[in-house]
Parts: sequence; structure tokens; C-alpha cells
Amino acid sequence: MSDPVLELDRLSLSFGGLRALSELDLGVGEREIVSLIGPNGAGKSTVFNVITGVYEPSSGDVRFAGRSIAGLAPHRVARLGIGRTFQSLRLFLNMSVIENVMAATYGNTKAMPWESVLRLPRARREEREVRALAEDVLSFFGQRLAGYRWEQPAYSLSYANRRRLEIARALATSPRLLLLDEPAAGMNPAETHEVTELISRLRDERGVSILVIEHDMHVVDSCSNRVVALDHGVKIAEGGFDRVAAHPAVVEAYLGKDPGALSDGG
Amino acid sequence: MSLDSPPPAGPRVGSDEWVARQAHRREYLPSWLGSLERASERAGWWPKLAAAAAAAAVLPLFGLGQFQLQVGIDALVIALLAVGLNIVVGWAGLLDLGYVAFFGCGAYGYALVSSGQIGANGIHLPSYLSIPLVMAAVAGLGLLVGWPSRRLIGDYLAIITLFFGEAFVEFTNNVAPSVLGGPNGIVGVDAIRLFGYTFTTNKSYYYLLVIVLVVTMGVLRLLDTSRTGRAWRAVREDPLAAASMTIPVNRVKLMAFAFGAAVAALAGTLFAAQQISVFPTDFDTPILILVYAGLILGGAGSIAGACTGALVVMVVYDGLLRSPTESGYLFYGLILLTLLAKLRPWRRLALVLAATVALGYAIHAIAAAVSDSAVAGGPHSAGLIAGALRDWVVVPASATVAGNWGFVALVCLLVALVQVSSQWRTILLPPTLYLASFVWETRLAAEPAITRQLMIGAILIVMMNARPQGLFGSRRVEALT
Ligand SMILES: Nc1ncnc2c1ncn2[C@@H]1O[C@H](COP(=O)(O)OP(=O)(O)OP(=O)(O)O)[C@@H](O)[C@H]1O
Ligand SMILES: [Mg+2]
Repeated sequence: MSDPVLELDRLSLSFGGLRALSELDLGVGEREIVSLIGPNGAGKSTVFNVITGVYEPSSGDVRFAGRSIAGLAPHRVARLGIGRTFQSLRLFLNMSVIENVMAATYGNTKAMPWESVLRLPRARREEREVRALAEDVLSFFGQRLAGYRWEQPAYSLSYANRRRLEIARALATSPRLLLLDEPAAGMNPAETHEVTELISRLRDERGVSILVIEHDMHVVDSCSNRVVALDHGVKIAEGGFDRVAAHPAVVEAYLGKDPGALSDGG
Repeated sequence: MSLDSPPPAGPRVGSDEWVARQAHRREYLPSWLGSLERASERAGWWPKLAAAAAAAAVLPLFGLGQFQLQVGIDALVIALLAVGLNIVVGWAGLLDLGYVAFFGCGAYGYALVSSGQIGANGIHLPSYLSIPLVMAAVAGLGLLVGWPSRRLIGDYLAIITLFFGEAFVEFTNNVAPSVLGGPNGIVGVDAIRLFGYTFTTNKSYYYLLVIVLVVTMGVLRLLDTSRTGRAWRAVREDPLAAASMTIPVNRVKLMAFAFGAAVAALAGTLFAAQQISVFPTDFDTPILILVYAGLILGGAGSIAGACTGALVVMVVYDGLLRSPTESGYLFYGLILLTLLAKLRPWRRLALVLAATVALGYAIHAIAAAVSDSAVAGGPHSAGLIAGALRDWVVVPASATVAGNWGFVALVCLLVALVQVSSQWRTILLPPTLYLASFVWETRLAAEPAITRQLMIGAILIVMMNARPQGLFGSRRVEALT
């Protein structure tokens, strides 16, 4: 592993009495795809929320590209280059598809309101660039988010397309690291397969590092370089998919003391 | 805050289905309305603004009287306010109930620097200085009010800002009467003077307001389609998602507050100059209600909607509803429109209308036969309506008492109407309609001050049922998760 892009260092977080994360160490390398797995309530989404500044860790540190970002406001974290999607979709439903994507460039553009009103050169140039970036990012999804959908309101999209738009929107923040929270949730097998390919393409074509939470073990198996398993906020296993999936602690976390395999997809 | 509820089974509305549904909606509309909608969509935003401005410019050529001109001016001021409020409420999604205070601050600010109020000789700044100065100062005040409230959302923000609005009225009423004039306000405010022209007549203010309103709408349109506008709307839709997409939520909210306040202040300066005076009561809750009514009627989130809604509300409220006859047209017009829009199939509509007419004549005939005094009064409406209703609606000699009881009965009937099945509704509708007309002619038409408010409420209710997004608003969906 090269120099890590993201590094969690003995990260802990409590909600009142509940210890959601304890002493968690985790790293994501340059152009690496790391999967975060674990049963419901294990604290996976909480990890994302701590990384992106939604929650402040009780102790420990989050380092991104060598710099500590723990306690930074979410919009600052996003500007540094961490894009994310949400498990429960959080699109700007009453805005058009392309506006959803364009809105995500706010922090990386500079035109002041009066420059926009007077359409001064900087505003015009930025607007052109933002539009081009949005079209580029949406085109990444091919026919799924084809041009005729761009001006439609986001609420008109199907569930699977909403998940795609969330990824497109995160990409528009020009991230170095992408956090995907269950990108295949609610999708049919064909669409799930597409997501698998998409995740690999994101790394190969866009050069981003990816931390992905996923319950579908086929997705985890086929796209991740490394798997981290979490239970009750504690890391219980880490390594290649086969090793982690067969790890007794992981099996127990998912299935209780019952023997059995994870083969049919968690 | 539940960040991650399990994924919803999800309404699976495909985009192509959406397109199909939009098309279907058009077909369902009467064909002329459908083609009107399509034509207006094709026309684009700027040509429509230009057309509206041209219409407003030629309107006084049709010989508006002083009264009509004053209604127009008031309507334009409220429209300017609604367009500014749209930034805060329609775009940034902040429920600001203290908005009128910024209007008041603009008016008082202008009055203070353009009258003999301060110092021995007073301050008489030229308008090209005073207007921008007041706008900037009030925008600053907007930031100041927004600062402690920037983390507040929904009900909390509403109540805090409402408090601010009320505090403004109290403040101008009671603090520093030698400067602010207390309840007597400030009089002798200078006229606006720009480019060597002094605005003194109502007609000149009408045109000034049209120009200012059109320019403001244009500026806001440019803002709406820029990064700032997108950020405002993103914050309205989902603050957490917006923050995660690099948008500094609090800063963006404060900006909305400041821009809204600046527009309100601009409206205030023109208002003060046109009135030549300012009083605390000019900036009280009724204005707030009118501005909100306009914004909601027109469709929050749409500039054209905010403007049109406010104009409609003010022309109806200030212009039409002062005379019983004209408010009568509106009253019966609204009822007929609602019936036309809501009663299906046509057979049912015809049945209800015929039954209502027959019922009226029958009741009138019976009442006249039983006692002369039962039909001694005439309908309160005059003109066409009075002629049409003379032998239909019963108006007894003691109209007030009968009207009051009729009102109670009407409310009961309306409640029943909402509860019962559709078959019973058809049966109950004719008596309800008749009773409504009875109450109107005996009581409501005689009380324009109360009726005005009721009618604005009624218009909003009709609107809510017919087109919840407002005249020009786009359909809003809440998060479906
Ligand atoms: N804001 C909060 N306040 C209190 N408790 C919380 C909060 N957010 C999460 N939790 C708790 O923290 C634990 C971890 O939640 P988290 O959402 O991270 O689980 P998860 O691994 O993402 O599960 P799932 O697979 O269901 O998404 C849960 O017990 C949850 O109830
Ligand atoms: Mg989760």
C-alpha cells in the first residue's frame, strides 16, 4: 500500500452511553477500493459521518492526505476532496438533475453574487466549466442518466437512478476520496452488477480512492482490494475478501453462533 | 436526526413515466389552457418579463383614476416585497416572519435621512446616496438578525423572526419619540430625486416602481440561475447534503437573509417617499400576511409567481373588495369556478346547479307566501347580481340576525359536507350553496373589512385544492424516505 489517502487513528465516538465506534484504525490508500462490512447497526455509516465532519470524534484522529480533519465542518471536508453519498438518499429533489450536480461545485467556484448578476468574465467562465463538468460527470453513467433527463426534477428519477445521481453529485465535488454508502441497496441483480463495474470504473477512469459500505457480498467480493469488517463499532477483521468472509468473528457477527457461510450474500 | 434510515421500498416513479404524466396532465386541461401553457413555456423567461413590463407601462394610458393608481402603487410595493421574501422563503427555505420589519427599517431609514427629523435643519441626502445606503444598512441588519438565528430552522426561526417583527413595531412606537416620532411617525419625507427628475406625482411613482420591480426581478433571475441561487435551493432541499457537497450552509443562509432584507429596504424607501410619511402601523402584521398570501398564491420559489401572486392579492384586497358589488362578483365567481373545476361528471354539475336554482326560487316563493317581512330586505349586492338574485335569495327585514344564524348553519353544513360520502355531498351541495349566498347577501357583503380577510383566505383555500404549488410554482415533493 502506498501512502494512505485516508487514515483513521484510534477513532472513537459515543452517542450518550452508546459506544458507536471504539479505537478504530483504518486506512485507504491511493486508488484503493476498501469495503466496509458489518451487520446492521455496526457503525459503518457512523464512520462516514465522522470522516465527513457530521460528527466530531470523542477521541482519535482522522487524517486526509496527511492533514488532520477531525472536527472540520462538513463543507470544508468536502472541499478538501472527500465526496460522499448517503444511505438514505438525500438528493435535492426539487431541483433538476443537472442542477443537483452543478450545485455540488459551489465550494470550488468563486464568483461573487454581483459577478453572477453582471455576468462578468469570471462568472461566465466558471459557469461554462461547471456545466461542462456536470455533463461530463453525468455522461459517466451512459444511457442511465442520458441527456434528456438532465432538465427533469430529481424526484422524477427511479430509485436506481437516484442512487446514480448521488454518485454523480459526489463526483462533481472533484473528490480524491469517495465514500459510497450502500450504492447497490434496493437495486435488482442486473443493476447491482452494474454498480460493481461502476465502482471499478470510478477508480480506473477517475482515479479516485473509494471507501464503500455494502451489504451485497458479490459486490464486495468483485470490486474491493481490501475488506474491513465492523461489529459494535469495533474492527473485527481486515484483509482480502475470502479471509475476512471466512473469519470466525465475522461469521459470528453476521449469523450469531450458528455455523454457516456468507456465501449467499449476507 | 436520523441520518441513515433503512432504504425505502421506494416509489418507483421512472422518468419516462414522469414525462408521460406531464403530457397527460396537459391533455386533461381544457385545450386552450393546455396550448396557453405550452406557448408560455416556449416563450422563455425574459420575453415574458418584457411583455409584463410593457403591459404595466401602458396600463395608466387607459386613464386610471387616482384611486386605481394608488391601488397599483400599493400592489407594486407588496410585489417588490414578495419578490424579496421569495429569496428567503422560496429559495433558502427559511420561514422568516419578521420580514416586514426590514421593509419598515428601509422606510424609516430613508425617512430619517430625507427629512427634517434629525438635527436643526434635518438631513436631506440625495436619493442616489440614500437609497443604496439604506439598502446596505438594512442588509447589514439582516446579517445581524440572521447571525444568532442561522442555526435555527423551521418553527424556531419563525417564532424568533416574528418576535423581531413585533419588536420593530414596538420600537418605532416607543423608543426615542423625538427622532422616530412615536405613533405619529415621521412626516414631510423628501420625494425621490434621480437624474434631475423629482418624483412627485402618483403616476411617476407608479412608473418608478414598475422599473424597480422589473430590474429587481431581472437581477434575481440572474442570481437564481447562478451558483448562489443553486446553493440557496440546495440548502432548502437538504442542508446536510448541501454541506456535504461543499456548500457553506450558514453563510448561504445569511446571504439569503441579507439579500431579502436589501430588497425589502428598497421597497421601504420608495414606500416612504411616495407616502411622504412613515408610521409604525404601516409595518404591522397585516402587511406580512398580504406578502405571504401573495407569495403562496403565486408559488413560493418562483419570481414570476411571487410578483403575480402579490399583485393579484393586492388588487383583489385593496381594489375590488372595497365595494360590495365587486366583492360579490369575486365571491360568486370563486364558487362557480370551484364547482366547475371540482364537480365531475358534467351531469352531476348540471344537476347541482339546477337544484340550487330551483331550491332558491322555491324557498323564496314559500317565504313570500308565509310572511311579507321574510323577504322585505333586498340582496346587499347591487347591479347584475342584485337583479339576478332578487326573487331567488331570501333576505328578511332583520337581515343581521338572520345572517348571523345563517353563518352558523353554513359552517355546520360545510363541516358536514367534508365528512359525508360523495352521494350525500351532491345532495347537500345545493342547500349549502344557497345558504352561502344567503349569508353573503344578508351579512358578509355588508362587512367589507372582515370579508376582505375572509376572501383572501378563501382564495388561498381554493388555490390549495386546485394547484397546491401556486400559480407559477413548480410541484414540490418532500423527501420520500
Ligand atoms: N445520531 C445518532 N444518535 C444516537 N445514536 C446513533 C446516531 N447515529 C447512529 N446511532 C447508533 O449508532 C449505531 C451505529 O449506527 P450506523 O448507522 O453507523 O450503523 P450501520 O452500520 O450503518 O448500520 P446499517 O447497516 O443499518 O446502515 C447504531 O446503534 C445507531 O443506532
Ligand atoms: Mg448505515
